[in-house]
Amino acid sequence: MAVLINIPETAAPGEIVAIKILIQHPMETGFRTGSDGALVPRDIIETVVCLYRGEEVFRADLFPAVAANPFLGFHLRAEETGEVAFVWTDIVGATSREFRTLTVA
Amino acid sequence: MIRALAIIALLWPCAVSAEDRRTGYDDMSPALQLLQDDPMNPGVFWVLDGERLWAEPAGEAEQSCADCHVEAGASMQGVAARYPAWDEALSTPVDLSGRIGLCQTRYQGLAEAGDRSHPDRLALLAYVTHQSRGLPITPDPDPRLAPARAEGEALFFTRMGQLNLSCAQCHDDNAGGHLAAARIPEAHPTGYPQYRLEWETLGTLDRRLAGCMTGVRAEPFAPGSAQTVALELYLKSRASGLAMESLPIRP
Repeated sequence: MAVLINIPETAAPGEIVAIKILIQHPMETGFRTGSDGALVPRDIIETVVCLYRGEEVFRADLFPAVAANPFLGFHLRAEETGEVAFVWTDIVGATSREFRTLTVA
Repeated sequence: MIRALAIIALLWPCAVSAEDRRTGYDDMSPALQLLQDDPMNPGVFWVLDGERLWAEPAGEAEQSCADCHVEAGASMQGVAARYPAWDEALSTPVDLSGRIGLCQTRYQGLAEAGDRSHPDRLALLAYVTHQSRGLPITPDPDPRLAPARAEGEALFFTRMGQLNLSCAQCHDDNAGGHLAAARIPEAHPTGYPQYRLEWETLGTLDRRLAGCMTGVRAEPFAPGSAQTVALELYLKSRASGLAMESLPIRP
């Protein structure tokens, strides 16, 4: 599953930066039936978390009503140069991680 | 009486002239246009997958698309804007997805081309189409395509299904009007394959046509059948000169 993350590489101290993340995921609701009439098992991302220098700055719980390929946007205040980590966990417990560095100068 | 005339005037079909054609993009809400223009458009995933598959050897021949066609940016530029085209061996017109399938069986040595709705096939189609973004639709001038194009035109005006409607009754006569909350487009195939929010995935013109045909309670043409290719030939000539979109978003 691919992911696209839009985050500026550099920011001024105290600057509010916009972050956008688009995760490729079917977000199968678990309510639909396949061509054989059986329910297609639920397959959704349950949580998306963003950590900035190890500290949680954003958390979202997703539910079956969220469309496929969820797109999330949020802001954070750039304080010091550090790693921005994106962690998302799906319903079977598989966790994916992506890391970006935000340089504050 | 005046009121009745006013209503008739409002409902009067507006003629579609070559100078004043509107694409599905023109009719979308500004929010959806913004989503399509955003580099984080969800359809981009298929283009990225296609870029990877382009260079990946496949089949018994262990050939990749890049082994023959090298740089897609150069070799595939304008191809999607020109297709469907004539296939010498089959002596029939084929659409772009059909061409990819033929390449897979003829040159890559796959026993059979994958399903047209398979994510890999869609990804390659999206990647090849992406090389024609912004280019005007220029139908292939090959005279051998003319009979199929004429057949497509006839199909466009043929009433079908339990509702007994032709494509033209909505997309020529009532384009710009509304079908429930949805705006009726002029049916210009500028944006296929497209990421449709209703589908939550990428889909082809075949799938869009099947959706319309199911809507008028007709038996849909099979994906890649002679009829869908004929219709695409006609639609492309009707939309000649309009810019190709990639990667398109539709509601």
